[in-house]
Amino acid sequence: MNAFLAQLLNGLDKGGAYALIALGLTLVFGTLGVVNFAHGALFMLGCFCAVTFRYLITLETVTIDPENLSPWGTPVEVRTPLVQNWFGDFGAVLVDYSVPISILLAVPAMLVIGIAMERGIIKHFYKRSHAEQILVTFGLAIVLQEIVKSFFGANPIPQPIPSDLRSAADIGVWLGMDPHTLTYPWWRIVYLAFSAVVIGGVFAFLQFTTFGMVVRAGMADRETVGVLGIDIDRRFTIVFGLAAVVAGVAGVMYTPLLAPNYQLGMDFLVLSFVVVVVGGMGSLGGAVAAGFLLGILQSFASMTEVKSLVPGIDQVVIYLVAVVILLVRPRGLMGRRGIMEN
Amino acid sequence: MVSLSRTDLSKLAIFAAIVLTMPIWLAPFGAAYPGLMQKFAIYAIFAIGFNILFGLTGYLSFGHAAFLGVGSYTTVWSFKLLTMDILPAMALAVVVTGIFALVIGYFCLRRTGIYFSILTLAFAQMCYSLAYSVLTPITNGETGLLLAKNDPRVLDALFGASASTDGLPHPTLLGGSISGYTGFYICAVLLIVSFYISQLIFRSPFGLALRGIKSNQTRMSYTGFNTKPYTLAAFVISGMFAGLAGALLSVTDPLAGAERMKWTESGNVVLMTILGGVGTLYGPVVGAWLIKYFENIFSAINTNILHSFLSFLPDGLEQVVVAVLSKFVGEGWHLTLGLLFVLIVVFLPGGLVEGSQRLARWLTGRLKGSGAQPHPHPAE
Amino acid sequence: MATQPNIILHAADVHKNFGGLRALSDIDLQIEEGKTHAIIGPNGAGKSTLLNVIIGRIPPSSGAVVFDGQVLTGKAPHEINQLGISRVFQTPEIFVDLPVLHNVMAPAFARRDGAFRVNMLRSVDSETEIREEAEQLLQDVGLYARRFDTSGALSRGDKRRLELAMCLIQRPRLLLLDEPTAGMSRHDTNTTIDLLKKIKSSGMTKVIIEHDMHVVFSLADKISVLAQGRIIASGLPHQIKEDPRVQEAYLGGSVQ
Repeated sequence: MNAFLAQLLNGLDKGGAYALIALGLTLVFGTLGVVNFAHGALFMLGCFCAVTFRYLITLETVTIDPENLSPWGTPVEVRTPLVQNWFGDFGAVLVDYSVPISILLAVPAMLVIGIAMERGIIKHFYKRSHAEQILVTFGLAIVLQEIVKSFFGANPIPQPIPSDLRSAADIGVWLGMDPHTLTYPWWRIVYLAFSAVVIGGVFAFLQFTTFGMVVRAGMADRETVGVLGIDIDRRFTIVFGLAAVVAGVAGVMYTPLLAPNYQLGMDFLVLSFVVVVVGGMGSLGGAVAAGFLLGILQSFASMTEVKSLVPGIDQVVIYLVAVVILLVRPRGLMGRRGIMEN
Repeated sequence: MVSLSRTDLSKLAIFAAIVLTMPIWLAPFGAAYPGLMQKFAIYAIFAIGFNILFGLTGYLSFGHAAFLGVGSYTTVWSFKLLTMDILPAMALAVVVTGIFALVIGYFCLRRTGIYFSILTLAFAQMCYSLAYSVLTPITNGETGLLLAKNDPRVLDALFGASASTDGLPHPTLLGGSISGYTGFYICAVLLIVSFYISQLIFRSPFGLALRGIKSNQTRMSYTGFNTKPYTLAAFVISGMFAGLAGALLSVTDPLAGAERMKWTESGNVVLMTILGGVGTLYGPVVGAWLIKYFENIFSAINTNILHSFLSFLPDGLEQVVVAVLSKFVGEGWHLTLGLLFVLIVVFLPGGLVEGSQRLARWLTGRLKGSGAQPHPHPAE
Repeated sequence: MATQPNIILHAADVHKNFGGLRALSDIDLQIEEGKTHAIIGPNGAGKSTLLNVIIGRIPPSSGAVVFDGQVLTGKAPHEINQLGISRVFQTPEIFVDLPVLHNVMAPAFARRDGAFRVNMLRSVDSETEIREEAEQLLQDVGLYARRFDTSGALSRGDKRRLELAMCLIQRPRLLLLDEPTAGMSRHDTNTTIDLLKKIKSSGMTKVIIEHDMHVVFSLADKISVLAQGRIIASGLPHQIKEDPRVQEAYLGGSVQ
């Protein structure tokens, strides 16, 4: 039972990441009708917003302390982050919390990147075939990841969890179990809560604003909305920017869980497409549900008991589900009838 | 050569001449060594095969690397278990890949469009993951599948081929060594054969049916064509080409690794085909050559070379130019490739072949245009 | 003649519901071999639905369509075509990326080689017999001069005639035409009528859905009138013209 709960929890934070990426992917597909193979790259760019922010905030001055000699008799170099010079203890906190704080950088940065991508390239592909959309966004993904590689190198750059959140929560106690039977790292709880908030935010935005209403109407019936004479173009741009932001912040917060490198986007892209397909192309609820479902499924498949039963299942379970869904029920769990069938 | 028209035959002859004289005309480009030319030929075969599926039927597969990998593994296993001769190895690789493609294609082709692309991608990723995990006994995981001295090689043993005492055995063709230029010419001949087969398919009623499927699947079925077996046949043929390419990779360098099955490799063949010109005969070959060439040249350029190259510029400017350019060469050559790819898809969907045809038409049009009005009427 | 007319197609007791909507009810339609049978009716009467049921694109809710002793229901489109039924669509379905000549040749291969054959050893251009046949047909429909053009570049009227040629080269036993002259100029319409008349003498059975009464009365041997999903009258052209129910339901008074 505990093992079961532990795996359930382990699957949740991964599921949260899948859900966030898939949400943006399906939002873009549903409204713009564009199959965006560069969406994983946006997640990766988000990760590197955190990396950049940490790099900037840890720029340091090096002073030499002549009083203090190392065992080799040389003066010790004292490195002080600039922010600490400027702001004292508050600066130290800033450095410690660099990952969540970098969201402040990621939101405007991703918005700009998203809007630039849509205006620069994507908008010319609304009327072209899905194959061409796949090709051009695939090319874009390569460009983005290679740019990151040329600035940050090929090695993963780990990001620290803020020191207050490095311990694990004793969840078992909350559920009335003995202490230390079921623990779950605080940062994963934070990630889970964060993804829930973002998902809730996106849904609320779509539900309660006029803008969101138009977007939902557009997802249901693109032609009608076009006929209404609503300025679709500008809204498309904003939707794409929004999707980029969601993918970006999902990446920012994920960096402590998985040290980002430039190829991360491609890995997540394949997975998140699977999530979208399982959830149902163009269904926001489906994307979220499938994201968590597949995260948990993957987590269960990596249990030793399961692996010994079906060797290798942890590697392929997600693809297997995707293949079965596509063949048996191509509109996915919650997709509308007829969408992308045939 | 029953079915080729005169123009097709001459195209084939020209193509053969170009391929076989590679060692001569590639020399000025610094690319005339067998190892690289082999890669040219092998990846051209891969792209030709991919083009038969994507170019003719319009089905965009993102899983072709799986076939490349299967071809490689089969070849190395044939070297290990049967014989070091490459003929049975290649034949086996093509057949096994064909069967593999038949199974995967049967499932993937139940869907079209983007769903087909994602299905092939999912299948290929599955193969890739499995090659690293459960299938390690077959693939030898991360190390890759290698030859060993004590492999059984039953056929060689049967015919009493002398087990060489010094080191690992090398692949042979009917007993002869295939190192150096021999290896290149084997690949070259197979490339010419592949081109010929693709020519046949392009010209044939079968090819016409495939194009019909790309153009209008509804009309095809209401015209009495059963489109499923047609697409499946194209998928299998295309997979077999990839299998042959994979086999040749292992023939020229007898090992096989799972990284050949990674989806970036599938992406590469898409790049080659698009760059050269999808749906054209020469396009995939041109694309494969260009990408392999620039991969080789660009990735070898480093900042020192750039500095010496740009030494004529004033000092400060030179530093800046080198700093910018160095992002696009060496390690960064994939960035150049990605940019080029985006530009091609946006501005020249027909690839370089169509682009050059358009250019040629424009030039001849201009020539004719200027010839048509040699005597402009003076205003009256 | 005294001989019993041969019924080539029989839609027996066909019903079709879309959700709660009754698109077709109690359809009993018999098509005689060698005749041209027109189906007319006001918009939304269910003409296209009926055609789609006949060709197997939509399965009927109940009832069956029998072609020459074979039940069509549940058969795939290509199987139905291979039995000898070709269809001209309301919006032309052609191979827009291919040259006009190849558009016409492709269906001929389906006729000759069946639903699937990997025929790699001959080139399309060396198939002289089919090529000549296609060129002849293109001459008949007036597109011979444009045979090397990409068919997507044709005008809408030309596309419809191209599609007609694509169907004719199959020498179908039954040809279904969904408004074959819609969107054509008067002149083009008349050429098409002449062409269809010429085919008529070849003994091909045709079912035509048409709005243009000029076309209907120039071509049809027999007319069925569809209104609100039911056949309200069936008979020879002059009978239909005089049928008061038809005039009331469809023609709003009288037929010109």
